[in-house]
Formats: sequence, structure tokens, C-alpha cells
Amino acid sequence: MNDTQLPIWEVFHQEKRGAPHVHVGAVHASDEEMALQMAKEQFARRLDCVNLWVVREDYVVKTNYEDPFFFARNTDKKYREVHSFPSPLKGKRRE
Amino acid sequence: MNVPEKSYEERLAGFEARIARGEKIEPGDWMPEEYRKQLIRMIGQHAHSEIVGMLPEGKWIPHAPGFRRKLTLIAKVQDEAGHGQLLYRAAETLGKSREEMLDELLEGKAKYSNVFNYPTPTWADVGIIGWLVDGAAVVNQRMIAKGSYGPYARAMKRICFEESFHIKQGQDLLIQMVYGTEEQKQMAQDALNRWWYPTLMMLGMPDTDSPHLEKLRRWGVKVKSNDELRQEFVDLVVPQLRSVGLNPPDDDLYLNEETGHWHFTQPDYTELKRVISGDGPCNKERMDARRKAHEEGRWVRQALAVAKSKRGVPAT
Repeated sequence: MNDTQLPIWEVFHQEKRGAPHVHVGAVHASDEEMALQMAKEQFARRLDCVNLWVVREDYVVKTNYEDPFFFARNTDKKYREVHSFPSPLKGKRRE
Repeated sequence: MNVPEKSYEERLAGFEARIARGEKIEPGDWMPEEYRKQLIRMIGQHAHSEIVGMLPEGKWIPHAPGFRRKLTLIAKVQDEAGHGQLLYRAAETLGKSREEMLDELLEGKAKYSNVFNYPTPTWADVGIIGWLVDGAAVVNQRMIAKGSYGPYARAMKRICFEESFHIKQGQDLLIQMVYGTEEQKQMAQDALNRWWYPTLMMLGMPDTDSPHLEKLRRWGVKVKSNDELRQEFVDLVVPQLRSVGLNPPDDDLYLNEETGHWHFTQPDYTELKRVISGDGPCNKERMDARRKAHEEGRWVRQALAVAKSKRGVPAT
């Protein structure tokens, strides 16, 4: 019987309140309760942790590393960046 | 998706250029079939070694001298199980299932580290495994953490972090024995005598016997050769052992002032080949124990496999 190949859950770990949830790996588990238990044992046994997320791996939608166009910036989009507007207030003070 | 058509040569050149730039290869990237195979083999053997590695020390849990040592040893053995899981998952990202790898181990088709096929007759062996075997493992794993395959390198960082606890508890345990009675000191030295050469073998066949080394280096599967790792380990561990009066069983061990490296006697690599192929002092005992644990744990796995919520049902 196939009993060692349980579904895969991606694990996201939050170190402290205010910190982002960071992907740390994956566990095998039959349901979400077991997935959280496994994630706690595997990833929160020593490091500080206040919150864990587990997400079924087959629900994660991914971009393709091989697609060169998805993240390409063909046009100048500097107007989106903060650095396009260096110190707007400097020398502009009106009495 | 907009994935451009490329020839094999173009893809290979792109793959090698990425590695040369120090970038990691990730699941879903194109990779040569040989790279995939080598990594599955390496990571699988590494995972099996963690799982089988629980056995020589695990037998000491009921006999640990004192509650603190017992708790420490349980935590260490639990770490090894966790490392096995992390590694099976890393190998799965290359397309081989955990089930398949576990079956191969149970059927005796898979290889694992030579070093776990030696007996652990005394409590000092637990200390020497932490100090030497986990010490050598960290030398190897720090290298793998710099390797080219992202999931394997990431798993290694976490594993090395935990292994440093393993080394320290081993040193602490053994040093306590060295400063104990004459009999305890002798027990520690005796453990070192038995484990020294198997640990040197653990870092693999000599470079003269590694025909694919050049390619494995170019592909970032190996960042250092076996002989380089072995020298690094000896240089690290000999001064540590000597500082507490423990001496490796090697009459030809001396510091070469010119190179700054310790000269040492090479282990018997025919023994390594024999033990890796299944003919070591404890291979049968280890596999029997693994199969027994697998059978006796079946009811637990079957109970766990029954999903209690709808999210456990595979997505359609």
C-alpha cells in the first residue's frame, strides 16, 4: 500500500509579529492539521515562530523560469521608481 | 507561456553560464539529464544516511547516563529524522517520489553512508559520532550549501545549523569522559580508534577514483573534491582531539610545516567499497531494524493517511 506518499504542503514561517511570512520548505501530510503539526516539528523546533501557514503545493501557481518575457521591462518605466524623483523639495522653498 | 525554442547546445551553454555566474538552478529550470540523475542519486543517498543514521545512536536512548543526556540524544535523533524528510523533499523536486526512494532503501537497492554500518558498543561511541561523524558531515554539507541546486543548498543551510548542536553535544560528552576515571578515558580513546578510519572513508573515494569530478565541479554539484574535504576535516579535527589528550590511531600523523596541513595515513578504500556495497559489520542489522520499524509503524501511517478534512483530498 502506498502510505508514505502523502500530499505536499508548502510551509511559510513568521518569525515575529510584523515580520513577513517566509517560505522555508515543505512537509508531507494528509490534512491541514497534520501539516501544521509537521511544519511545527520541522521548521519551528528551534527558531522563534509566532505563526505558520501551510498551503497545498498543487494550489501554488508559479511563473516559468524559462519564460524570458514575463518579467522583462521593454519600455522605460522609471517613472514608477522613487529614484526618478530625487529630492523634489530641495531648493524649492518659497518664502 | 512564451518559452522560446532552443537547441540542446544552446540550453546547455545557458545552464553552464548560469552556474558559472554563481546563480542557483531551481526546479522547473532546464537541466542536463545527467545533472538531474547525479543529484537525485546524491540527495537520495544523503537522505537514506540520515534515516539509517538514527539507528546506531538510537539504541543508546534507553541507556543514556542521566536525564539531560537522554533528552539531548532524543533531540539529536529527531533532528536526523527531520533532515531525512527535508532531503527526500529536495530530491522530489527533481522528479522522484519519496515513496520510490523509501522503497529502494527497504529493498536494499539504495546506498547510504558507510559509517552507519559500524557498531556502537559503548557510550563513548555516541560522543565520537557527534564529534567526528557529524563533524565530517558538516565539512561536506557546508560545501553542498554552496552547490548549484537551489533546494538542496537551502536544505543544507538548515541542516548545518542543527548539526553544530550535534557536534557540540558530542564534544561535551566525550570531554566529560576524558576528564573522568582512567577507564572512561580509555573508553573514549578506544572509540576514537574504531571510528577514525571509517570517518575518513565517509568523505568518499579518493580523487584518482572519481572519473566525473571535472564535470561535477563545472556543474556545481561538487564544489570541492573528496580529498580536499578529507584534508579540511583532518586539519580541523586533529588539533581539537589532541587538545584534550585524544590521539587518532595513526603513527604517520604530523603537521607539515611547509604546507600547514596535517599529513595522515589514507584509509583502506577497499573496505569502503565493501561496506558501501552491503558487506559491512552491521549492514544487515541496520536494514533489518529499518524494515521492522517500517512494518511496525504501518498502522500509524495508515491512520494518518486518512484525511480528516476536505483540503486533504487531492485537487482536481
